[in-house]
Amino acid sequence: MTRTIRLALAATGLAAIAGLASAQAFDPTRAHEVRVSHMKLMGAHIGILGGMAKGEVEYDADTAAAAADTLAALAATAGNLYWVEGSSSADLEDSRALPVIWEKMEDFNAQEDALSKAAMAMKQAAGTDLAALQGAMGALGKGCGDCHETYRKPDEE
Amino acid sequence: MIGRALGAAAALLLAGGAGWVLTAPDPLPDALAAGPPGDPGRGALVFAAAGCASCHVAPEAEIGEAPVLAGGRAFVSPFGTFLAPNISPSPQGVGDWSDAEIMGAVMRGVSPSGAHYYPALPYAAYAKADPQDMRDLVAHLRTLPPSSARSLPHDVPFPFSIRRGIGLWKRLNLDEGWVVAGDLSKAATRGRYIAEALSHCGECHTPRGALGGLDHARWLSGAPNPSGEGRIPDITPAGLDWSESDIAYYLETGFTPDFDTAGAEMAMVVSELAKLPAEDRAAIAAYLKSVPPVE
Repeated sequence: MTRTIRLALAATGLAAIAGLASAQAFDPTRAHEVRVSHMKLMGAHIGILGGMAKGEVEYDADTAAAAADTLAALAATAGNLYWVEGSSSADLEDSRALPVIWEKMEDFNAQEDALSKAAMAMKQAAGTDLAALQGAMGALGKGCGDCHETYRKPDEE
Repeated sequence: MIGRALGAAAALLLAGGAGWVLTAPDPLPDALAAGPPGDPGRGALVFAAAGCASCHVAPEAEIGEAPVLAGGRAFVSPFGTFLAPNISPSPQGVGDWSDAEIMGAVMRGVSPSGAHYYPALPYAAYAKADPQDMRDLVAHLRTLPPSSARSLPHDVPFPFSIRRGIGLWKRLNLDEGWVVAGDLSKAATRGRYIAEALSHCGECHTPRGALGGLDHARWLSGAPNPSGEGRIPDITPAGLDWSESDIAYYLETGFTPDFDTAGAEMAMVVSELAKLPAEDRAAIAAYLKSVPPVE
């Protein structure tokens, strides 16, 4: 084995170790994709509840309860792994996650908790009756909106 | 020769005099400020519709039920950066002002000492408000918590630092008429009042001319975001194809028809409009459908 090859192998080994040491659940691009999927999944379930709240879809207690259960589970797991540094709007072209998220992680986590609470309240309300469901929508909208207000880059339109 | 110089001096004096007259503050007529005392309960709704708290709470503060109008938020514009003042009922705010002085500030952009305010305060909209609504608004304002925060000076460079010049801006841009004229339904008429006189939607959603006046020919057709990021959307029927009930629901909960939510400044607007009666949000939606579409 020549010295060059040995050096190259050593370098590869070091890189592998370095790679392991800094391993994250998701690389930044993947983290961005995963959280967009998660947001859309929450939005889809809010859509079931919202359609009933707006009177566009007939209220059905079982469907509403199931949608609210799923939403509460999704909201409770928001962001455990995918708020990865390097995935902000300053880092990735498609990302709308403002860099300030990582400067104010404590407040950001509190906002996520507030959403989770609103989703839990919806879980209690959705299967009861339409009026209860409608009453829980405002807090849910605030739960989503408060975070978007501060931490999401405005839509480019 | 001397005669000509004297003539020129006289002309200059005349022009200066005319300029002085043209730029003079035009205070609120006493008759408008006089009237039955304000009702703070009704005023709370006017206050929410007029969006006062969205600009006048401290940076990052929540509005909540009884906002502290301490001021301090910065508004970047091509003319400089404006800092919202303390308008809480305290000596540092407007606690020592008379009702007429507060109404003069809000509806004419004139301070108690007779100086012009910059139109960052949307008095061009509030000038169209019902004086009784404004008296109610003032009565509500006086029930809010006081703040001893000092109002900070605006950062506005020359020539816009000359406040007297705002008098000319007012001559060009203060207009008592409605932007959307013509026959409107009862709901749309109410919506026009809320949108044009109180909620001042046009301040963000309408593009501005070189001097910062709103372009009424392109009313609500969208504009660059003053923050420099993105655009404020077109909310004429050309840009917004949501149903009236979708618009009203958005203004209540912040949810778009596909259950994304309002962001940035609009989230604060929604949190205030959510406090209005449902028929007022439906009225705004009816009005938006009556606005001429701008392609």
